[in-house]
Amino acid sequence: MSIATIVSGVAQGVLWAILTVGVYLSFRVLDVADLTVEGTFPLGAAVSVVLINKGMNPLLAVLIAVLVGMLAGVVTGTLITVFKIPPILSGILTMIALYSVNIRIMSDKATVSVAGSSIKDLIASLIKKDLFSGDLTKYYPYVLSITTGFICCALIVAVLYLFFGTELGSAVRATGSNPVMARAMGIQTNLMIILGLAISNGLIALSGSLIAQFDYGSALVNMGQGTIVIGLASVIIGEVLFIHKEHSFAYKCGAVVAGAVIYRTIIACALTIPGLKATDLKLITAIIVAVALALPVFKTRAADVKKRRTNLGEAQGC
Amino acid sequence: MLTVTNLNKTFNAGTVNEKHVIKDLSLTVNDGDFITIIGSNGAGKSTLLNLISGNVPVDSGRINLGGTDITYQSDVKRAKRIGRVFQDPMMGTSPDMWIEENLALAYRRTGRHTLRWGIKPQERETYRAALAQLNLGLEDRLQSKVGLLSGGQRQAVTLLMATLQKPELLLLDEHTAALDPKTAATVLTLSDQIIKEHNLTALMVTHNMQNAIDYGNRLIMMHDGRIIFDIAGEEKKKLTVEALLQKFEEISGSEFANDRALLS
Repeated sequence: MSIATIVSGVAQGVLWAILTVGVYLSFRVLDVADLTVEGTFPLGAAVSVVLINKGMNPLLAVLIAVLVGMLAGVVTGTLITVFKIPPILSGILTMIALYSVNIRIMSDKATVSVAGSSIKDLIASLIKKDLFSGDLTKYYPYVLSITTGFICCALIVAVLYLFFGTELGSAVRATGSNPVMARAMGIQTNLMIILGLAISNGLIALSGSLIAQFDYGSALVNMGQGTIVIGLASVIIGEVLFIHKEHSFAYKCGAVVAGAVIYRTIIACALTIPGLKATDLKLITAIIVAVALALPVFKTRAADVKKRRTNLGEAQGC
Repeated sequence: MLTVTNLNKTFNAGTVNEKHVIKDLSLTVNDGDFITIIGSNGAGKSTLLNLISGNVPVDSGRINLGGTDITYQSDVKRAKRIGRVFQDPMMGTSPDMWIEENLALAYRRTGRHTLRWGIKPQERETYRAALAQLNLGLEDRLQSKVGLLSGGQRQAVTLLMATLQKPELLLLDEHTAALDPKTAATVLTLSDQIIKEHNLTALMVTHNMQNAIDYGNRLIMMHDGRIIFDIAGEEKKKLTVEALLQKFEEISGSEFANDRALLS
């Protein structure tokens, strides 16, 4: 476990954190387990990389990717609210449909490498490579990722914090918390679910787009596989480590961002253990999520056993 | 004024479980009426309220509120004019939001949801004053999560939310049934107080016959999807539970069967 491994983990983590905030919105704020993620993530990557390769300004390309991602959220939201299809199934339907869409966007290729001027190049023109010398050169790409990811996360958390303080944002929160009450308060819950999923998927597309540009150097048709679990793992790690009482929305978002960074760092370090392969990543992730979700059960079991022991101990004592 | 004309509702039509719950029901509610509704099991009391609020679609008939036909308006649209308190105290508030955030949603019930701030500082005084009326000490807990409140407190907050913007009609659906007797009495007194103070038009379903007699200016008895007894004013005040039960048996030809009414 070297410093370089940790830095690379953080560098990936800040970009994945954007996805995590998206998953947090759907999973916790809206209370919808949205599987669209796995299709929106490569969608964001495919759209932006293809547009960048066509010579489009990278910022504009990413913006379009975000909008297309939001559209995917609108589709899932419509399936859930208008057509009353169960949320999990609605997400799966959009995800499967997006697989075909993504392949079309990528002109029947499974991988499209970034060939034009990307956001990474843009940031690299601001932070020059000459600033790093000797041994530090290897950290240069990580610095680019960390800078971009950090700026994006800070902006997103700030904007979401402001948004969820508005009348509209409060209406979205109320819908996720108690839809019956929200309707009795004259809130169009269907629109709020669609809006919430659009925002969530927009963020996920942004994350996919940036990871394709900074980390993979290409858009991959199957890069979405397992992303929902990665997102959930990060959310749960953030919550378990940092959220123990009532906190503001911005704090919770920050906790979730930190969760993503920690998750990625753990994974990066885990993969340096001899005998583990990169393809073991999903197994490790699944185990982490399962253990994290099972924690409450472990806790009550432990408490029960303790109670039983004291009870029996007292009985024997007299 | 609320006018309900020849309303019909059948659940599970065309199946063995078919149940004609509301039968050709007509009712005129005058402005300022506070009507208590009692009736036997399955008489259609809650269904009537759900039809008026738009949570259940009508089969036939018309519903008119204040001159507009709302028969086919969505529940969300009607919610801008109709306040509701549910039987389940958990139903009417958002547990994850603060008391003041819940009230701010209620304050905006009649408007649109824009990108303006969800709550303005000066509103807090209004909320504090409104909460102080409840006498539950909630005025000092504006920034407590509603999920931390007891059932009675939540129901009191729901009542406040339903009436913060004066509704044209207030629907109370056995809103004290899930509370312990003491809390139920408090919430009921509060309801009466708020209705009188704002001169609200209200329909209150209850299983407690004594409450039905003590509160409101008019009493309606339902049986098998119909209104079988409608009494107001001085005559209503003179009613007793015994007289009411006798009246029921006389008109319906059957014994009054409401599990909760008989147990309470």
